[in-house]
Amino acid sequence: MNGQPKHSFLAKLVVRIPYAWLIAFFLVPFLIVFKISLSQTAIAQPPYTPVFGLASGWHGVSNFFAALSLDNYGFLGSDPLYVLSYAKSLEIAAFSTLFLLVIGYPIAYAITRVPRRLQAVLVLLVMLPFWTSFLIRIYAWMNILQHDGPLNQLLLALHIVREPPTWLSTNTAVYIGIVYSYLPFMVLPLYATLEKLDESLFEAAADLGCPRWKTFWLVTWPLSAPGVLAGALLCFIPIVGEFVIPDLLGGSQTAMIGQTIWTEFFANKDWPTASAVAVVLVFLLVTPIVAFQHQAMRGAQRD
Amino acid sequence: MQPVGSKQGFAKRAFAPWADRTLQPILRVEGLSKRFGPFTAVDRLSLDIYQGEFFALLGPSGCGKTTLLRLIAGFEQPSAGRILLEAVDLKPVPPHRRPVNMMFQSYALFPHLNVEANVAFGLKQEGLPKREIAERVADMLALVKLESFGRRKPHELSGGQRQRVALARSLVKRPRVLLLDEPMAALDKKLRGETQFELMDLQRRLGLTFIIVTHDQSEAMTVADRIGVMDRGRLVQVAPPAEIYERPNSRWVADFIGDVNLFEGRVGDDGASVEGTLFGRLRVAAKIDAEPGSTVWAAVRPEKMRIAHEKPSPERENCAAATVVEIGYLGDVSIYKLRVGGGVTVQAAIANTGRVMERAIGYDDEVWLTFAPESAIVLTR
Repeated sequence: MNGQPKHSFLAKLVVRIPYAWLIAFFLVPFLIVFKISLSQTAIAQPPYTPVFGLASGWHGVSNFFAALSLDNYGFLGSDPLYVLSYAKSLEIAAFSTLFLLVIGYPIAYAITRVPRRLQAVLVLLVMLPFWTSFLIRIYAWMNILQHDGPLNQLLLALHIVREPPTWLSTNTAVYIGIVYSYLPFMVLPLYATLEKLDESLFEAAADLGCPRWKTFWLVTWPLSAPGVLAGALLCFIPIVGEFVIPDLLGGSQTAMIGQTIWTEFFANKDWPTASAVAVVLVFLLVTPIVAFQHQAMRGAQRD
Repeated sequence: MQPVGSKQGFAKRAFAPWADRTLQPILRVEGLSKRFGPFTAVDRLSLDIYQGEFFALLGPSGCGKTTLLRLIAGFEQPSAGRILLEAVDLKPVPPHRRPVNMMFQSYALFPHLNVEANVAFGLKQEGLPKREIAERVADMLALVKLESFGRRKPHELSGGQRQRVALARSLVKRPRVLLLDEPMAALDKKLRGETQFELMDLQRRLGLTFIIVTHDQSEAMTVADRIGVMDRGRLVQVAPPAEIYERPNSRWVADFIGDVNLFEGRVGDDGASVEGTLFGRLRVAAKIDAEPGSTVWAAVRPEKMRIAHEKPSPERENCAAATVVEIGYLGDVSIYKLRVGGGVTVQAAIANTGRVMERAIGYDDEVWLTFAPESAIVLTR
């Protein structure tokens, strides 16, 4: 390194580009949202005060900081609407992730069991829905799930139900939409992990007297834990903040936090409260991840 | 099975169960074939292996030796033929119920389990009491000198230590037959040599039956009581190491095991000479088991060749004039490449014993190449 001062500027630049990216597109927007969450609503443009400005000099800056307050956060705690909305989001995300794991794991496992050439085709099929716009796929589900839609027609034709059940505007519809949409995000990391497992490990387990089903629990499952974790995080985090699916398929009882933010922001024009809701959401998601990573790091050092 | 080993005194210890016709083999392979689509990996192979034997399957890559091992372990199903373990047909027995264990070439240690748990894995499947498992694991780790490494994970071990964990794991269940698939392929040369002797010692002390698969002929020669040389799915010769080397039954085996010079000719009328070779009429020690006039090959190992400046007495020895074209000095021996007659190259390995030669043989020297009649093996195929 020391011997190559010529390259150092370029090398440093290359290393810093990701940091610059994170600062410009994550940290700065987050700080702006955080600042708005400390402001008060106003009938103005932008619709909150104080607005940061250097026009009135040092006095203006200190006034600006004096005007910031944590009132909005207190407000979130006082109104059960927000607490329930958070709880509902976490509940839906947790159950959806569980369903995704239960459905996605066998799919990923099955893909690794077929000949390699076929695996590539199956992985492509898993990703195929991405070629159609997400919104169009959710509209398609609205069509499928509506009162006289294909699903109810099928159920009636097969005499599974006598009266067409209501699907739209229910929790079930939200779960169907979420599980359908997020399945590739669960299957792909699981497949990537399972596919790397050495076949001879399963043979060794069999050789040592372990039947197949037991080999799965003693060898395959523990060794696929990193994939399970990656898939779960990749699904859980965006599902918590999901807006489109509950908005289009869900009803009033599935008010998720994304919809609450939307309502505050666009319907109530309450930017500071919407921002506070968003900031709390970020901490709600980041804290367990950081705690988990800390735990994982300690675990790795202990081993 | 030909009871050749004991009769000719080639077994390296007084152990030749294959020569005893009253003994039942522990493992019998009968007409075993394995086809993968159009490719035949194992071709109508039959083999008997006896209790306490250290048997090496030796052959070039792709000869089917690993497939044979996997058939015995139960990871592959035979296309035809049978495998009998202690006279019981293994066909309906799934791998996890076969009383054989395998040591994998990749070791296949469970990365999420520590050394103790890896070794205990097989015993836990038997549902043994915890105390017995702990004792047997401890004993086995002591046997492979890994007592203090029980809590380590496989990735925290060196290659040699991992190899010993794999060995311990496959031995702890006291298998009727232990299958070892290229167990030393991943070790460096020095460690491999030490490990070979440790493995032999272990096998003898435990009195177990080992079948090792290897492509390394010196490894097979070192460890095995008998070697089965495989080529294209078939066993071409099964015999103790010394016999394989001194009495190969074909040109292919002679060439695969060590270096060899082959001289083509026809069987002489007296049935004890080969005519029309580079050396003219070659005398051999034993009567040739072929019709006079049929084509045969006289095989002579390089270390059984001698070279000299003076012409030796031609009555007793086979000799020919040659020119030195290349000399490879290897320390203990020197390899001479000599041109005889019509430009054919012959190899001679001369041990660098004693002091400096009176007249050192150098490049382009005209020399006499000789070998004794009893040094030549006549091969009919």
